[in-house]
Amino acid sequence: MTATAEPTLEVGRARVRKEDARLITGRTRYTDSITPQGTLHLFVVRSPLAHAKIVGVDKSAAEASPGVVGVYTAADLGVEAVGLPCAWPITPDMKSPQRPLLASQTVHFAGEGVAVVVARSAAEARDAGDLVEIDYDPLEPVLDMEAALADGATLVHPELETNENATWVFDSGAAGTGGSVEEAVAAAEADPDSVVIRRRFRQQRLIPAFMEPRSCVVDPAGEQLTIYAATQVPHILRTMTTVTLGVPESKLRVIAPDVGGGFGGKIGVLPEEMLCVALAQKLGKAVKWTETRSESLLAAHHGRDQIQDLVLTAKKDGTLTGFDVHLLADMGAYLGLVGPGVPILGAFMFNAIYKIPALRFTCTNVFTTKTLTDAYRGAGRPEATFAIERMMDELAVELGRDPMELREQNWIKHEEFPFTTVVGLTYDTGNYEQATEQAMATFDYAGLRREQEERRASGDSVQLGIGISTFTEMCGIAPSRLLGSLAYGAGGWEAASVRMLATGKVEVVTGASGHGQGHETAFSQIVADQLGVPFEDVEILHGDTQVSPKGLDTYGSRSLVVGGVAIHMAAEKVIAKARKIAAHLLEASEDDLEFANGSFTVKGTDKGKAIQEIAFAAFMAHDYPEDMEPNLDADAVFDPTNFSFPHGTHLAAVEVDTETGRVHLRKYVCVDDVGTVVNPLIVEGQVHGGLAQGIAQALFEEANYDEQGTLVNGTFVDYTLPSAADLPSFDTATVSTPATSNPLGVKGVGEAGTIASTPAIVNAVLDAVRQFGVADIEMPTTSQRVWRAIQAGKGHSTQETPVDTHSPGAGLGSIDPNNPQGEVQ
Amino acid sequence: MTQVRVTVDGVNYADDVEPRTLLVYYLRERLGKTGTLVGCDTSNCGACTVHLNGQSVKSCSVLAVQADGGEVTTIEGIARDGKLHPVQEAFNEHHALQCGYCTPGMIMQSIDLLGDNPDPSEAEVREGIEGNLCRCTGYQNIVRAVQGAAQKMKPGAHADTPATAGVAGGGA
Repeated sequence: MTATAEPTLEVGRARVRKEDARLITGRTRYTDSITPQGTLHLFVVRSPLAHAKIVGVDKSAAEASPGVVGVYTAADLGVEAVGLPCAWPITPDMKSPQRPLLASQTVHFAGEGVAVVVARSAAEARDAGDLVEIDYDPLEPVLDMEAALADGATLVHPELETNENATWVFDSGAAGTGGSVEEAVAAAEADPDSVVIRRRFRQQRLIPAFMEPRSCVVDPAGEQLTIYAATQVPHILRTMTTVTLGVPESKLRVIAPDVGGGFGGKIGVLPEEMLCVALAQKLGKAVKWTETRSESLLAAHHGRDQIQDLVLTAKKDGTLTGFDVHLLADMGAYLGLVGPGVPILGAFMFNAIYKIPALRFTCTNVFTTKTLTDAYRGAGRPEATFAIERMMDELAVELGRDPMELREQNWIKHEEFPFTTVVGLTYDTGNYEQATEQAMATFDYAGLRREQEERRASGDSVQLGIGISTFTEMCGIAPSRLLGSLAYGAGGWEAASVRMLATGKVEVVTGASGHGQGHETAFSQIVADQLGVPFEDVEILHGDTQVSPKGLDTYGSRSLVVGGVAIHMAAEKVIAKARKIAAHLLEASEDDLEFANGSFTVKGTDKGKAIQEIAFAAFMAHDYPEDMEPNLDADAVFDPTNFSFPHGTHLAAVEVDTETGRVHLRKYVCVDDVGTVVNPLIVEGQVHGGLAQGIAQALFEEANYDEQGTLVNGTFVDYTLPSAADLPSFDTATVSTPATSNPLGVKGVGEAGTIASTPAIVNAVLDAVRQFGVADIEMPTTSQRVWRAIQAGKGHSTQETPVDTHSPGAGLGSIDPNNPQGEVQ
Repeated sequence: MTQVRVTVDGVNYADDVEPRTLLVYYLRERLGKTGTLVGCDTSNCGACTVHLNGQSVKSCSVLAVQADGGEVTTIEGIARDGKLHPVQEAFNEHHALQCGYCTPGMIMQSIDLLGDNPDPSEAEVREGIEGNLCRCTGYQNIVRAVQGAAQKMKPGAHADTPATAGVAGGGA
């Protein structure tokens, strides 16, 4: 019986992670743990002011401080003309200020570096940093995006003559992918059987807040300059170091050792990294910089920060007719590596899963004197998903419809895939009905609606709210030609190599650079199945440009759907080479060989060779075909032909204490379709973590600036990441419609939970309190904001002006939910 | 400089340190105990959690000199004779870590928690690890792992587990 048992497939199996072994024992090598003998330490003296002229820098006391090797300004280092790269000029006329390594004349945000101290120890560098005296002449901070665009506004960069970075427009009418929004809105305004919903939403500023502070060590010993960095993008960092400082790429080796999370926050090329390179070259010693958490919150790039002005039109029967999206996006003081393009990544997702016939997206990026913004988990797509999912609820309220029923009326039916959307993207697969049905059953939607009614009827002080988010997103960045059409400064391919060692073990080299995702385990599972070798025999090598010379790294949920596919392609090439040698050794035609479970067998016989035997034969090279090299190794580069479109139905139930405004997340159910699941344990973990971050945007987190432009919550005391006690257990599940855009059938999962969850929570909070006249609550929906909204809605006085719920566009809108037809009563 | 004598993961050390040196930097930079990590500067994140005289402490909030005469256990000292502590095993089994940066502190705090409360409810686990931040996992699998470890560590559950002896931390 056992002889015929099928070997267990690795793909689909809940393998515990192989990379855990070192992480749970402390056998780790994060960048700050790397200290070559003689390393000097860098401390950055940062501006406490948001906007100021630098009048003078007195270094004398710092230079005399014990252990100090030197104190340097940009002029001292000769780097005044060096600018950090922005790789995404979204429009030909985009305004791009120079982003210096250290400010020379003017500081443009609180936290910008002005001088650096290099000393024997980090403590001595910091001590001396406190002795650097910098005189500033304060300038007016620029904090409000709309004010920044007004005539006569103080300019962040006067040489640009405007605070507008760029305006990027997509119009489905002009593009020929859909109708004209102008016409749709005009038609709806003129049609008594249509509604026009106008809303303004705010995407507050968030901080990625990876747990490992950023760090780098630059070691000039050896022919190549070695950069160890806590980065998501070692390959991009290498190329961009060349672009920035002119060091030949061949003279640079970048190593991303263990990296403690990124979430987009470690996608940048940092002034501190470039300063370490310049100083290591100048001083001939290894130079290390590790930020404190306060520095990280202040100076590492932030995310989100948009104002969204939205116009959704629909027939009164619920059919969507148009969506006009106008965004203001805060770039902060400078442009990050891909910062100006982050809102554009959302442009194609405002239509989401719905058949909206006309869509226009206009985004104006604005400079302010705040920390720059760039990618944060989801990057553009959470903002888009929030907008459409909140608007679907607003429409449901206007029309007096059940919000799920209204969504179903408008979404793409499963039999309509592949479906080309109003923005010209082709969704390959999906089944919104399937995910929704399962989620609704698990959630007990009907039962919770009943409870909600009961609580409303009894006037319970704790009210129940139910929130929905039926999301999709585009990830797996990305088809290179498409990125080219968007003026993105790189391709979207990924590289891989698969090597069979003499002893039959396998080394897999990937250009994806993991930092917590579980690449080693998931990629090993894929290769183990393909080559028919034990999971334990596969080693994944990554994160070092000398080991993995080619790659585009990890962001945009691309590791599996682009990097994993490259690995799959390379392994196929290995099998093809092995087949030739196997045929030769077995004296059979290649066509007569079957390859399964790691063995080539001659059809209809018991003659066969295991792939490990072929690998050994190739190594020995005593007997192999004339027309090939004795080598099974193979490289592949995968350039995807489409994005990946995971989707899912997320349902939240919150209890709102109407007396205190406290929101308690009682239940969260989601069913996600991420295509073929390689490892359900890892998928579940990615969803959990994504949910926590999306829920945190809805309930807890915001980077706040005061009127002087100072970040007021620059520590973990007051930038409130959720703790274990702040979150419930989530009920997550998956369904699968395998992707047809790649041979593994996989879809991205890293960002899905974050993209989906924020509107589900806010919709739930509002669902609980709309009955009190509450139209909207800005995120994060803290107890205070919820309480104030309830008081204001009830017409009770609070210290703030009561919210106006009756003006057009103020929230409840022109249509009474209890009287959707507008009948005179 | 002040002399400090301390036992860390079973090894005795005597060192002169600057009085201001924090325990975590003494562990990392002087003793090479880089398994213990630093995640913040306000004692909020708990990445640096170790055991001092059997109780969990955030080693960024303790001066090295305060550990004088004491016994410190770090993440590097809880496996015994090549066998992982049940909490370490449970973190692996329940996928309770992703990037791993909070993990050493989270494991040390969880061991301390189980010393105080050998069979915690979900809410008790969540309260018990509230001082340790994780940005990757959403905590759900960490909670599962701690509860899973609790079951394994119950007296009689496994004859070969080190149970709570020595490295379990917990109450006085």
